[in-house]
Amino acid sequence: MSVGTAGDKLVEWLPAIAVFVLGIALWEGAISAFHIQQFLLPRPTQIASTFWTGRHQLWPAGWYTFKEALGGFLVGSALGVLVATFVARFEALGTALIPVAVAASAIPIIAFAPIFNAWLNPLSPTSKMAIAAVLCFLPVLVNTLRGLQSASPRQIELMRSYAASEREIWRRVRVPTALPYLFTALKVASVLAMIGAIVGEYFGGAFTALGVLIRSDAQILDFTHAWAGILVASLLGLSLYFGVVIVERMVIRWAPESRGS
Amino acid sequence: MSDQPVVRIEKVTKVFPRGNVTALQDIELDIAPGEFVSLIGPSGCGKSTLLRVIGDLIEPTEGAVTVNGKTARAARSDHDYGIVFQDAVLFDWRTVSKNIAVPLELLGWSRDRRAKRVDEMLELVELSGFGDHHPWQLSGGMQQRVSIARALAFEPALLLMDEPFGALDEMTRERLNLELLSIWQQLGSTVVFVTHSISEAVFLSTRVVVMSPRPGRIAGVVPVDLAYPRTVETREDPRFFELVTQVRELLRKRGEHLLPEEEASLLEAAE
Repeated sequence: MSVGTAGDKLVEWLPAIAVFVLGIALWEGAISAFHIQQFLLPRPTQIASTFWTGRHQLWPAGWYTFKEALGGFLVGSALGVLVATFVARFEALGTALIPVAVAASAIPIIAFAPIFNAWLNPLSPTSKMAIAAVLCFLPVLVNTLRGLQSASPRQIELMRSYAASEREIWRRVRVPTALPYLFTALKVASVLAMIGAIVGEYFGGAFTALGVLIRSDAQILDFTHAWAGILVASLLGLSLYFGVVIVERMVIRWAPESRGS
Repeated sequence: MSDQPVVRIEKVTKVFPRGNVTALQDIELDIAPGEFVSLIGPSGCGKSTLLRVIGDLIEPTEGAVTVNGKTARAARSDHDYGIVFQDAVLFDWRTVSKNIAVPLELLGWSRDRRAKRVDEMLELVELSGFGDHHPWQLSGGMQQRVSIARALAFEPALLLMDEPFGALDEMTRERLNLELLSIWQQLGSTVVFVTHSISEAVFLSTRVVVMSPRPGRIAGVVPVDLAYPRTVETREDPRFFELVTQVRELLRKRGEHLLPEEEASLLEAAE
């Protein structure tokens, strides 16, 4: 029962924080020591200061892209859960659909980004949401389905012995069993959503979008600004990820040791 | 009283289509109210299958099972069965109390009524104070006690137990044997108990049903005339050893018709 105090948590995180700080320090030090050109690799301190001075442009752009990612994440994940539920209910459907889904998940869907831009209005957020949604859909579908099919046969037998209906078995056995699988998928999807939105923007989008901004910064060789944009993207991607983690901890309270990463 | 058995098994045969295996052949058995009947036999003798046929988790190919005068299906719909498996089969996402409450929820009991019964059951299996724990925080023996509490919570007519203590160490097993007997005597329930262990079967039961494999049949029935309440001393009673020998003989006699390696596995399983 390691519920853990704030102090314990800090100790747990200490090695990670130390590695992070050390990495930044090495980065900063290496640039001075080896006289690395700024366009190759800017100093962390420069990136940080640009992050702040460019906030009026960078932060709204990040927010704009974040909304695309979030929209795509929600739509793609919801569809994934929906299809998984449907497939789990009708087994025949699963045998037809799952091999296709698994094969499809090996396709580098991000390669379709320019095509989505062409299909949908490239300047609207919808095309980026679509890319993010497609990226999120498959891992959520495959994982949720596996979760729904992982219910212990003994537990189902037990429920049958109580004359529980199919619906009750779903509610009390299948869904709770699937939840950890679902959240693992959602964490993967949260990262993919941000990637999808930004890469989509690399192939064209509104000037208020972060991906477009990073790309044009790189074209005019303003690398420090581009790096600051990447920092914004990373922070927003992480916040989406941790948003999922927080929801996970609220929903799955029963097994602290399975929470892990 | 014994005119109306709790369980009546008539000419039950079960053939599994896959491999055309006859798991049970012409099983006939009546179980009276309040009896504690053990099914014993080597692996493959169909004892777990028979338990599942009684509980309507498997349909017999031929024959019929009647529980309290109803079909097994009707008995299951009426919540006549409490089942305990070899693993505790607890729901990790529920606390101990909420695990015990599962059948009560399905029966539509109110929250207050459930809470009251859960507390009684926790006391019965000596786990008061563990209600808010999660299953993974308990030892194997404690988990199995939760499972028993859950099976008994709604006072089913029949308690079906499939090697419930098979995965536990000897010490825990003997302690739970005593606890189970004391619960059984308090509640007056009827128990069908599948086991691999001759001494466990004799120690617990009013009757031991010895089964033999391929096809699964009843090789013989040994009534156990040891007095209740049975205690640690019962295991040292000369009569206890006589009965253990009687059961072992029945298992061995059936072994004569088997190949040597089959007999070896049978006796090994029965020890």
